[in-house]
Amino acid sequence: MLEIRWHGRGGQGVVTAAEILATAVVNEGKYAQAFAAFGPERRGAPVLAFTRINDNEILLRTQIYEPDIVVVLDKSLCNDNGVGRGLKKNGIAVVNTSSSPEVLLNIFPNASKIATVDATRIAIEKLGVPVTNTAILGALIRATRIVKIETIENVLKEKFKGVLAEKNFNAVKEAYERTLIFDRGGLL
Amino acid sequence: MKRVALSGNYAVAYAVKMADVDVIAAYPITPQTPIVEKLSEFVADGLLDAEYINVESEHSALSACIGSSLTGARTFTATSSQGLAYMHEVLFMASSLRTSIVMANVNRALSHPLNIWNDHSDAMAERDVGWIQFWVNSVQEAFDATIQAFKIAEEVLLPVMINLDGFILSHINEVLILPDEELVREFIPSKPLFNRLSPKLAYTIGVVGPPEYYYEMRYQIIDAIERSRKNINEVNREFGELFGRTYGNISTYMMEDADYALITMGAVSSTAKIVVDSLRKEGEKVGLISIRCFRPFPKNDIIEVFEDVKSIGVLDRALTPGGIGHPLFTEIVTTLYDSSKIIPVQSFVGGLGGRDITIDDFKQMYKIIKDVGLSGRRKPCIYIGLRE
Amino acid sequence: MKSWKELPIGAMIIEPGNSIEYNVAQWRVFRPVLDKNKCTKCGLCWIFCPEGAIVRNEDESYEVNLSFCKGCGICQRSCNVKAITMIKEEGL
Repeated sequence: MLEIRWHGRGGQGVVTAAEILATAVVNEGKYAQAFAAFGPERRGAPVLAFTRINDNEILLRTQIYEPDIVVVLDKSLCNDNGVGRGLKKNGIAVVNTSSSPEVLLNIFPNASKIATVDATRIAIEKLGVPVTNTAILGALIRATRIVKIETIENVLKEKFKGVLAEKNFNAVKEAYERTLIFDRGGLL
Repeated sequence: MKRVALSGNYAVAYAVKMADVDVIAAYPITPQTPIVEKLSEFVADGLLDAEYINVESEHSALSACIGSSLTGARTFTATSSQGLAYMHEVLFMASSLRTSIVMANVNRALSHPLNIWNDHSDAMAERDVGWIQFWVNSVQEAFDATIQAFKIAEEVLLPVMINLDGFILSHINEVLILPDEELVREFIPSKPLFNRLSPKLAYTIGVVGPPEYYYEMRYQIIDAIERSRKNINEVNREFGELFGRTYGNISTYMMEDADYALITMGAVSSTAKIVVDSLRKEGEKVGLISIRCFRPFPKNDIIEVFEDVKSIGVLDRALTPGGIGHPLFTEIVTTLYDSSKIIPVQSFVGGLGGRDITIDDFKQMYKIIKDVGLSGRRKPCIYIGLRE
Repeated sequence: MKSWKELPIGAMIIEPGNSIEYNVAQWRVFRPVLDKNKCTKCGLCWIFCPEGAIVRNEDESYEVNLSFCKGCGICQRSCNVKAITMIKEEGL
């Protein structure tokens, strides 16, 4: 089983990102769960979401305490929000930042792989708004190959109408291309 | 048939749509809101030919549902927590007027302090209102139970409440096998039901029940819910034939040779299975019982699986302050009293107001159940995860 | 009295208008007597009678159905032309 923890801020589409990934996994024939740690929902407040992925039915219904992968949609959360907490040894971190992955080694000491992408810039370019969820998905797929990028494209077409689906997929593709990866050689 | 990723809330909304309901009256409340939002969307888009009644409160929502159901219309509502509590007096009327309302109650804690998260306080406070109560473990079960509920409610003329855990099930996206709409219609055809409010009949409904009558009318509810056991089993069997999935009044896991059993209700049962698996690997003979049908309470099903159990733990996710035991514990102990078996039962409380019940919590509970079995003596209720 | 098995479900009363079988004539001490010469056919007594015991005829004249009159006297109070008099029942 693969467990992913998403960190973002209200309004960035964190929960939607977790759901898009889960839907893509299910559409590829596997099992997935996507859920969030809901709280007072305010734009800008830190938000946690989770995705579980497995070949068989998933029974576990607790929150995720020791994720295999951490995805951070907002660099500012790296300062003091425990984004690295519980990350498994040889885990993966995917972060929205303009800096290089090596810079984040102290935040994710357990990570075998760190991927970074300037998702904010891509989102503004492709969508016109700083909603970074779809761009970060591109980086996550690049770093992990969890699902095929075409599967994500189909989910986006179902989820968003018309031109919005296209714009979001452009963000995914752009991020996929521009992702920088620091790899220490791990499990995934 | 389609294999999709869907939330528990949307699964219920799709089930209601496929059941081709005639009337929906509901008031939004977290974490139930997405159910009625989706349904209002279906109605607005012309995908569901139903009357969507906007009301100013849950009290009015259920009142509107009663009127609707009495005309023979297939009727649905949904609520949570304070909303269910606000329906309290109308819940009695819905059952004693013998309506066939189906309600999804997305379980949430009750204030104070204000809490939107999951526990079972809302539905446990409505144990005695004469409704059939189902509790589900997964998004799939939420869908299936909703479909079954319409058939049961219309057969026995009692309202049915489907309880799904707030956020844990309502807001999780997971795999759902969505059947073809035609198959659902075959299971519950959209036939007009008995219209008791027809001007042709001119029945008087909602009368005064003086001491000479009230008692008999209340006893009719006892009789109806007892007889519903047969319908629940039969509907479940028919459902299995058509859809390939069946659910008992209880679901058991590794109980065949279990020495130590834990009894739970709702979504946490799923996590507990993982703990059973891991303890079994360590050689511990543990098992799990999950109550699916809480009203009518499946006493006989439970007694059957208790054959050789040495001790039992009961996990309550609601409180009965000042009572002898918390709600589920009390039911289990009473069940045992009728079975002539003397088995120590340990009471646990956990997961109140959205507090996560972790793998370690379950391991701790099983360890205590074993200790109780070995010593033969139970401890006062143990509040799992409470900061002392 | 009927057992719980014999009574209709949901406490429904399934014989419409069965209050007609309920004769309250014995409840009276006074009974209303209508003077048709004084009556202006205004219909106030018909409106105010809580039992529906005032009957409106086809020619718009009024009379009292004494099977359902409890003798409360509201009709007398409501009559502006004092066409209704409450008279003590005999043999009480």
